[in-house]
Amino acid sequence: MTASESQPIDQLGLSFSAQSSRIDTEAEPPSPESSQTEEHPSVFAPQPQDEGTPLIVARDLVKAYADEPVVKGIDFEVRRGECLGVLGPNGAGKTTTINMIACFVGVGSGELEVFGFPVNGGQRQIKRRLGIMSQENNLDPDLPVLKNLLVFGRYFGLPYGERRLRAEELLEFVQLSDKRDAHIRELSGGMQRRLTLARALISNPELLILDEPTTGLDPQARHVVWQKLRALNRAGVTMLLTTHYMEEAEQLCDRLLIMDRGEIVVRGTPAELIAEHIGAEVIECFLRGGDDDEAIAALQSAADHVEQAGDEVYGFFREAERARELLPKLASLDFVHRRATLEDVFLKLTGRELRD
Amino acid sequence: MTAIAVPVDWLRGASRVWSRNFESWKDFAAASLVGTLAEPILTLLAIGYGLGRFVSPIDGQPYVAFLAPGLIASTAMTAAAFETTFGSFTRLTEQRTFEAIVKTPISVEEIVAGDIFWAASKGVLGGTFVLVIMAVLGLVHSPVAIAALGVAFVVGIMFGGLGMAYTALCPSYAFFSYFFTLVVTVMYLFSGIFFPLTGLPEWAVLAAQFLPLTHAVALTRALTTGVPSPDLWMHAGVLALFTVFAFWLATRLIRRRLIH
Repeated sequence: MTASESQPIDQLGLSFSAQSSRIDTEAEPPSPESSQTEEHPSVFAPQPQDEGTPLIVARDLVKAYADEPVVKGIDFEVRRGECLGVLGPNGAGKTTTINMIACFVGVGSGELEVFGFPVNGGQRQIKRRLGIMSQENNLDPDLPVLKNLLVFGRYFGLPYGERRLRAEELLEFVQLSDKRDAHIRELSGGMQRRLTLARALISNPELLILDEPTTGLDPQARHVVWQKLRALNRAGVTMLLTTHYMEEAEQLCDRLLIMDRGEIVVRGTPAELIAEHIGAEVIECFLRGGDDDEAIAALQSAADHVEQAGDEVYGFFREAERARELLPKLASLDFVHRRATLEDVFLKLTGRELRD
Repeated sequence: MTAIAVPVDWLRGASRVWSRNFESWKDFAAASLVGTLAEPILTLLAIGYGLGRFVSPIDGQPYVAFLAPGLIASTAMTAAAFETTFGSFTRLTEQRTFEAIVKTPISVEEIVAGDIFWAASKGVLGGTFVLVIMAVLGLVHSPVAIAALGVAFVVGIMFGGLGMAYTALCPSYAFFSYFFTLVVTVMYLFSGIFFPLTGLPEWAVLAAQFLPLTHAVALTRALTTGVPSPDLWMHAGVLALFTVFAFWLATRLIRRRLIH
């Protein structure tokens, strides 16, 4: 995303809802990512150079539980060096897909190859090269912080010296060095997530699987995790990420899949998806009843697509100009004029009804 | 993978899981040992010496000398069964430790083996303690008594395996009371630890043969007293069969519960 794009003007100053992800990005302080590579040489150990090689290939991948299909024949690839995001509401099949890659859930039918090995045959070879940050906290509560990393490194067969070096550096990388002897239960949610990330990195994985890495974190903690993930991706670590947060997807992912009810609904870069499914800009109106009708009618005739949900009406515009021309006619409304986001795409494609 | 590579990998994986358990245990070792070791001592005191005063000698030995060797086996059983029930169940469910480990190069089979070997190690520790007490009390009559620790290890594997199999089927902690009442306590009371099986009605003797601990008790008694029994190899064979079965069952059931 480029900083040069101009922001639409927020007509009535509803700044609470007008903050798009792009504003946040620009507001972020300059991150120290560039220097991290030198500070933590073993965290950013060299990755294989064959960028673009498919690391995961799924063909017609199916999984059902007791005849209830959860993943219904999906195809996708993850290529070396990229960050692929998988978006979808609860129950879309994201975690099941990830668990099949991690060899934790058996493949129903279809093909799934990771690092060129079929998941049925090469589990140990696959798992050796994967780093997995699970959705739920499964740090080892019987071990203090540093030992969590050391013991986990032993599962990968890393010799003690290497484990020790990487563990110390990883703790520094995720800013937990001063908690090295703390009990897991003494850590905040954000600290536990950071430690889970460090743990996923202990074996210097080629492919990092991140299942909702920032769910439940406060904004500060979320931004710290994003910084770390961007630094890793820049250093060549391939990533497969699931998330509910559109902002997270826009910030981190090169390509996206949107899944719903076990199927891949669309795929593309964040910019492509927005351009293709929504357009350029959105006018979001809050209905108050009474004298809104005329302005709403104007919105309906000018917009390429209009959608109503509860007390809000959304007008989607393919051309930014047309949205701007309309603004004077909307003066009587309570509205926000903003750039189209991934969240608009997501809600358009997966609907607005609750899933839980 | 060649036929040799599989057990080597398997042992290596299991040893890493074993180490994880050792790491988490060693800081609380003292507290954990008190529980394991107090029980055989209290039993020796209350039953062996207290009640033993009213019991006529068995095979020419005071009652406490009859009782003590069986406690090597029962202590190993209890220690191992506790580990793979309450301990492993916590790692399987609440803590999701198994799930975290199985997403590393370690396999389900190696996790199960690691936990069962760990349970058996605790069994050997408990058995060793009882053997030392026996030596102090002058109840060890043969250097082959050291082999009773091997029996303690096998008992640990067997009840570690049975506990683990039960854990795989168990919906919650409350259900462990069935396992301890109906399996562990039955073994403890009816495997020939407290009274000789010889001279009981034939059906009772036969029934006791189906309790795997019976064979372990016969072995520890023969090894510590140095009185060989013609049935030793039979006992060892039956024990081995039960042990292999428990191990196999535990692995199978845990895999079914963990991987969908």
